[in-house]
Amino acid sequence: MKHFAAASIVALCAAPALAQDTTVIGVSIPAATHGWAGGMNFHAQEAVDRLEEVYPELDFVLATAGDPSEQVSDIEDMVATRGISALVVLPFESEPLTGPVANVANQGVWVTVVDRGLSQEGIEDLYVAGDNTGFGQVSGEYMAENLDEGAQIVALRGIPTTIDNERVAGFEQAIEGSGIEVLEMEHGNWNRDDSFTVMQDFLSKYPQIDAVWASDDDMAVGVLAAIEAAGREDIQFVLGGAGMKEMIQRTMEGDEMIPANVTYPPAMIATAIELTAVGMVSSAPVSGQFTIGSVLVTEENAEDYYYPDSPF
Amino acid sequence: MSTAETTSAPTQAPRKINIQVLGPIIALVVLVIVGALMNSNFLSYANVTNVLARSAFIGIIAVGMTFVITAGGLDLSVGSMAAFIAGLMILVMNYLLPSMGNGVPIILVGMLAALVAGLAAGFLNGFLITNMRIEAFIVTLGTMGIYRSLVTWLADGGTLSLDFGLRQTYRPVYYEGILGISWPIIIFALVAIAGEIVMRKTAFGRYCAAIGSNDQVARYSSVDVGRVRILTYILLGVLVGVATIMYVPRLGSASSSTGVLWELEAIAAVIIGGTMLKGGFGRVWGTVVGVLILSLIGNILNLTDFVSPYLNGAIQGVIIILAVILQRGRKAEG
Repeated sequence: MKHFAAASIVALCAAPALAQDTTVIGVSIPAATHGWAGGMNFHAQEAVDRLEEVYPELDFVLATAGDPSEQVSDIEDMVATRGISALVVLPFESEPLTGPVANVANQGVWVTVVDRGLSQEGIEDLYVAGDNTGFGQVSGEYMAENLDEGAQIVALRGIPTTIDNERVAGFEQAIEGSGIEVLEMEHGNWNRDDSFTVMQDFLSKYPQIDAVWASDDDMAVGVLAAIEAAGREDIQFVLGGAGMKEMIQRTMEGDEMIPANVTYPPAMIATAIELTAVGMVSSAPVSGQFTIGSVLVTEENAEDYYYPDSPF
Repeated sequence: MSTAETTSAPTQAPRKINIQVLGPIIALVVLVIVGALMNSNFLSYANVTNVLARSAFIGIIAVGMTFVITAGGLDLSVGSMAAFIAGLMILVMNYLLPSMGNGVPIILVGMLAALVAGLAAGFLNGFLITNMRIEAFIVTLGTMGIYRSLVTWLADGGTLSLDFGLRQTYRPVYYEGILGISWPIIIFALVAIAGEIVMRKTAFGRYCAAIGSNDQVARYSSVDVGRVRILTYILLGVLVGVATIMYVPRLGSASSSTGVLWELEAIAAVIIGGTMLKGGFGRVWGTVVGVLILSLIGNILNLTDFVSPYLNGAIQGVIIILAVILQRGRKAEG
């Protein structure tokens, strides 16, 4: 966060002098409230730093918001006081952001939407999408392939949102007909402490659990701690997701409890910022949709997804 | 002992004391019976240990909160403070690892750092409230934001993790104990017993109640109001440090999502237990019952398929209100 503060101060000071010949790109993202968002903040900052160096004619304003209404204010401020030519936005929630972002688009500002789509189609010029249904599907397929018929699993869900619903729907679709029985799903809120508690209670409730779909690496940390503390040997593996570096490392080293991971790269914000910048400085067309698929990471390819410098 | 009489003013008639005292206990017993009926594993050793151990963090903090609220104060910053102290503790231990090496001494240094940080943070709250004469709500709302931001900043938006080797050394503090009772439960029990004794048997406890009842009268009775107030916040800060010492070995990490809403859970536990939110009367053992009620609700909801998980918060809300109604029901008549 300290980098952001510094960056915005620099940006604010530099703005008036260069106002004539610079193009300002606004980047509005949710604050680092959990591991994945922390990684996303890191990659956004890194992309901004890199691009400001490569393209002196570009200037960036980066704002992080703690809730949807704060994000709306951030965007309004960017348009009113910084005269942005392009906006890269990762909406906190789709519904509340749709109207304000549509207003910005109507003023002729280029709009790039990242990860979560807006609830109305056709507002954005570029949509860099994460594939939540795909994330669930890849996870489900892994479970179906690696568990026997009749295997019993429990699942932890994220914060109740559209993202979480899409993931779970994809997962359920993929395990349909595989004979895997989902004993129960409960919200762990993408939080280590919550998922530790939920997993402890699952362990008390079910004497036999074959595998856990933690659906997120932060939750996997809590789940693993609960299993270890209970000393249970029946659980064959825990499937997390999103590619936290510590988890990828364990997969890379062949840890049997964490044989795989499913990516949902926080660096997709960098893809969006880079593409937007290219669109601003060159004549290369960048409008349309760019979907970042969720990939299965196993011991074989884990090295390609290991980013030791990222906070996530 | 005029102050002691002031404290028991709301509970003059013996018959009223009964229902007030029994309210939270009845709620707890009902929850235990419901839990036992719904799932046979509810009363198993493992589940009881889990629930008590996870109650310890909020519980230790809530004992301190009882004193602050009894003295007419409030502290909203404890959740953020716990996250910040956890982050600080991890950083200190990781930093000292190369020079001190892995072992018991470095863990002790980490624990000391947590206690000192808690003491300092509690003093800061207390100082701003008593010496700068700012409302407790505003001061602690401010420090709540400050500590939460600081831990995010320290972690660079991510998660601070304790070195793997250190985690193995420190782990037993949460997971092991004496005679099958794990350390967090033992510490929670000791803190609760000490708190109960201080509240009922010492001058400090009676001063807290006197100040919460009427700080002007307390001042005329030559109670050093400022000093007692500041001490309640320091006590709470140190107890937040103690809770953090028990929390860090559990997962060995701290992030901006650590300790979210702990302050409200602690305040809710204190009020369920029969302490008055406006001050003047505090009951430490009631707070312990309140904490257990809150933990049990979550546990029972997880152990049963009773309601949609979306409604967990609603159930908790209803039970909190019911517990307080049960406790205050008869008071309206008098």
